[in-house]
Amino acid sequence: MLTVVDYGMGNLGSIVNMFRKIGVQTVVAVDPAGIERADKLLLPGVGAFDTAMARIEQQGLLELLNHKVLVEEVPILGICLGMQLLTESSEEGTLPGLGWIPAKTLAFKGRIDTVRYKVPHMGWNTVEMHRESPLTAGFESFEEHRFYFVHSYFVQCDDDRHSILKTAYGLRFDSAVQNGNIYGAQFHPEKSHAFGMQLFRNFARL
Amino acid sequence: MTVLRPRVIPCLLLNDESLVKTVKFGAYTYIGDPVNTVRIFNELEVDELAFLDITASRQSRRPNFKILENIANECFMPLAYGGGICDIEDVGRIFSIGFEKVAINSHAIRNPAFITQVADIYGSQSLIGSIDARKNLWGRYEVFSHGGTKKDSRNPLEWAQELERLGAGELLLTSMDQDGTWTGYDIKLTQSVTSKVNVPVIANGGAGTVRHIGDVIKKGGASAAAVGSIVVFQGKGLGVLVSFPSKQELKDCLA
Repeated sequence: MLTVVDYGMGNLGSIVNMFRKIGVQTVVAVDPAGIERADKLLLPGVGAFDTAMARIEQQGLLELLNHKVLVEEVPILGICLGMQLLTESSEEGTLPGLGWIPAKTLAFKGRIDTVRYKVPHMGWNTVEMHRESPLTAGFESFEEHRFYFVHSYFVQCDDDRHSILKTAYGLRFDSAVQNGNIYGAQFHPEKSHAFGMQLFRNFARL
Repeated sequence: MTVLRPRVIPCLLLNDESLVKTVKFGAYTYIGDPVNTVRIFNELEVDELAFLDITASRQSRRPNFKILENIANECFMPLAYGGGICDIEDVGRIFSIGFEKVAINSHAIRNPAFITQVADIYGSQSLIGSIDARKNLWGRYEVFSHGGTKKDSRNPLEWAQELERLGAGELLLTSMDQDGTWTGYDIKLTQSVTSKVNVPVIANGGAGTVRHIGDVIKKGGASAAAVGSIVVFQGKGLGVLVSFPSKQELKDCLA
């Protein structure tokens, strides 16, 4: 079953509720036993990078997540901070990330004009289709593609082929990524109405 | 480069379990059930919603988690909550229910370090510093807490700068004088703060027309406009009607 990883970093209610709304059953897992049974994983996250990595470690999930994702190749979708955790490192913290996607998480501050583009990047913004992916199937049918973002750091893939959506905010960053079975979305699908429901439907169908 | 569309946020007031609307922080009118109202706003595809429990702090009441959970269950848009938040456990619980942001007012005045504590654990982007301001007889702005019932010694500008320094990711700046009046935002108050802080400011209090929204964004420098009366009443002095300006109206007012 689609399993939402609960490592104490918020935001689970709305994710579970949107999946319910589109008729997909989910379970929330706090411990290794719950994650063991997952055939699909969702890694949410709101908050600070190091706090999140430390909690994953403290809950004894790191090794198991590595096994599920890299050995069993279970599809995983990281959302917001959850996507940033998929990268190798973040300028927000000093702990290493999960490192499942060759990418870095960088700060907006110092790279964009923060008078014009306030940080955090907060609000609805559009995405451009960069590379075809099962995660964004059916997006062509929408007149516009917009999602809700709240973040101060952004992901930059080392290899542009891992980028599937891009968004402009003072600079162009990777707003959705894919490396095989590993997916990430910087925005919040569960807060993005019809657009988010389409993305969740796509992930549930993988 | 894309510039974000300015956010227009229905700011809905809770009196514990019911939705109300105020005039100048008093004269409550009962609006209805919050969950039904959320369903209507879902259909209207609004940018985001904010809920403030305006009696929680003054009644020393904790947030009503049951109502907040019911609201979040029905809501597929970003949500903020403020009212009676006094400890980090409350904050964690509100996020786990499905809210993106918390707004903190009274407890930040009592204990400014709380803002930094929340920012360190959950990040600044989840944290709204909420300021209620009123002009005194001499025309100077003063800060109030506890739903407008307790005067503080700070002024809105210095408190806004302090909240930013402490870690608030955005500010909700409410004019108590304009609240529920339908006569427009306090542009002067808004401008005085937006010109001196780097975080986004949500202007609140006074929207009576779509043009007022355009004004506070263009002239006041607000990043977002909170709306109350115009989205819950048919018109000034008229009955309850939940509505939202059309995309075209909002586009026009910002042109």
